[in-house]
Amino acid sequence: MSTVMPTNKFAWLLKREFWEYRGAFLWTPVITSIVMLALVVFGLVIAEHTASRSGVNLNGINFNEISAHLNEGNAAKLHAGLTIGLLSLGFPIGVALFFVLFAYGIGALYNDRADRSVLFWKSLPISDTETVLAKVVAMALIAPVLAVGAMIVLHVGFLVILSLWVLAHGINPMLLWSPGHLLALWAKLILLVPINALWALPSIGWLLLCSSFARSKPFLWAVALPVVTGVLISMVHLMNSLSLPSGWFWRNVVGRLLFSIIPGTWVDAADLRSFDHEDRLPEALNSLLSFDTLGHLMSSPNFLIGVAAGAAMIVGAIYFRRKRTESYA
Amino acid sequence: MSDDTAATASAAPIVRARGLSKRYGTTMALDHVDLQIAPGRIVGLIGPNGAGKTTALKAILGLTEFDGELSVLGLDPRTHRTELMQQVCFIADVAVLPRWLRVGEAVDFVAGVHPRFSREKCMALLARTKIQPTQRVRELSKGMIVQLHLALVMAIDARLLVLDEPTLGLDILYRKEFYETLLNDYFDHEKTILVTTHQVEEIERILTDLIFIRDGKIALDASMDAVGERYAEVMVAPDKADAARALKPLSERQVFGKSIFLFDGIDHARLAALGDLHKPSIADLFVATMKGTYA
Repeated sequence: MSTVMPTNKFAWLLKREFWEYRGAFLWTPVITSIVMLALVVFGLVIAEHTASRSGVNLNGINFNEISAHLNEGNAAKLHAGLTIGLLSLGFPIGVALFFVLFAYGIGALYNDRADRSVLFWKSLPISDTETVLAKVVAMALIAPVLAVGAMIVLHVGFLVILSLWVLAHGINPMLLWSPGHLLALWAKLILLVPINALWALPSIGWLLLCSSFARSKPFLWAVALPVVTGVLISMVHLMNSLSLPSGWFWRNVVGRLLFSIIPGTWVDAADLRSFDHEDRLPEALNSLLSFDTLGHLMSSPNFLIGVAAGAAMIVGAIYFRRKRTESYA
Repeated sequence: MSDDTAATASAAPIVRARGLSKRYGTTMALDHVDLQIAPGRIVGLIGPNGAGKTTALKAILGLTEFDGELSVLGLDPRTHRTELMQQVCFIADVAVLPRWLRVGEAVDFVAGVHPRFSREKCMALLARTKIQPTQRVRELSKGMIVQLHLALVMAIDARLLVLDEPTLGLDILYRKEFYETLLNDYFDHEKTILVTTHQVEEIERILTDLIFIRDGKIALDASMDAVGERYAEVMVAPDKADAARALKPLSERQVFGKSIFLFDGIDHARLAALGDLHKPSIADLFVATMKGTYA
């Protein structure tokens, strides 16, 4: 054949995913950010009325503490506290991302079969592998990158509002802005995207497999199959009091299949405990996102087996994408 | 290799099936079908519901597994669907364009992924309609969706176009325009069109070949010229009706007190002696051939 293949075919497939899910991928995190900023403003207004009596906590940031630290000039502690505040401020975006990805994954290879538009897509020279991989990339990278972008906008918006507030209290707002800390935080958020993506692979693979496999009700397949299996294992465990590790199954199978798309769920509970000691906050924060911690994570069996299982399920999704052209719902 | 294969391929059959079979449970949707479609033809694949038309098209388009041999443009559709789709287009029916897609996005996307798509041609075809680039498919009427789909497909320089009930649910104006556009602006001797429809009257005049399919088997496979030579319809006055029946007609029906007989393979001169001779319509031929299908 003398035809030249379009080199950017895959880019067009990604663009198609964005067109179809612009509302979910872009507007969900943007609107979540706007709501969070509105809550911050609302919180500060409340604070103006109550701050004199007790400390005000907003998303883990104690405003009295901030002003106290600003006065003391204890910059390191302030910025560690602020970083944690900014991270927790962005948490709802992570939760929203979970819902977006869950709904997307369930429908990605099912909805076009239900409305038969799969016949249009399959009439174009696109392989099933390319189609499925575009959807994997949409889940693993496109939606998370847009979420991180919204988080950064949220952080800037929050700092602007906070600066105006402290300025009104006669404190120099420039103390809040530490470009070094901010850039480090944002760089880490961006660097964490591919790590989150690999961690999320079992969930991405499972949702796409169910979406591709199910002749109807992909949501039921995706949720009921692992949950019912977990309940059965737990019941057997209770009745026989065998040492069957039912907790292990819930955590490592059900949890990984359904919830790994929440960014940062790989953070081990042990790492968070050190945050209780206020004095070690800066070090704890550093160690959480250090290359040591990430290296340890990425060489753990949980992580590696998850990646392998996710890849296997994606292969399964491609297989069923080829086999099934219509749903029977 | 490109020039070489193109030259030999244009003479070779576009579709060649040998012993093509497909079983759903206990029913044979396709039962050892042998088939050849030459380039430059417009072939009507006609059959009752459940006869295996859609299964045959799906097999040709690489959308289903099957037994037996099938090659489309020299390729096995099961293993080379992506390659095949560069040279094969299909319109399933009016419902299949994704409803969320904007017209402009559809054009951009097909231009992006299809190496044989001409944006200029597509835009020229769309300019003849009321369709706007910013409109979403869900905002278009059924007829406009078909116009859009046709504009997208006709802008692709493909060698085989497969149409499965393309005008289903359209009003007569759109249906007529659909086939006229296809014939005037798309079809040439390099291209082949394979079409299934229940509205046989509409495609009767554009077809070059006719295939009847019944219970997964080919009931008739002939060019329209051959059909005209082989079959004849005679309108016979009551006094000659018995003479006509003696020639074993395929079917007999009554119109205005006269009998209309459909004959297969009887010398036309002999039939002319019985009454007025007509070329049978595909619909009448179809009804006669499929007699007893639903019994």
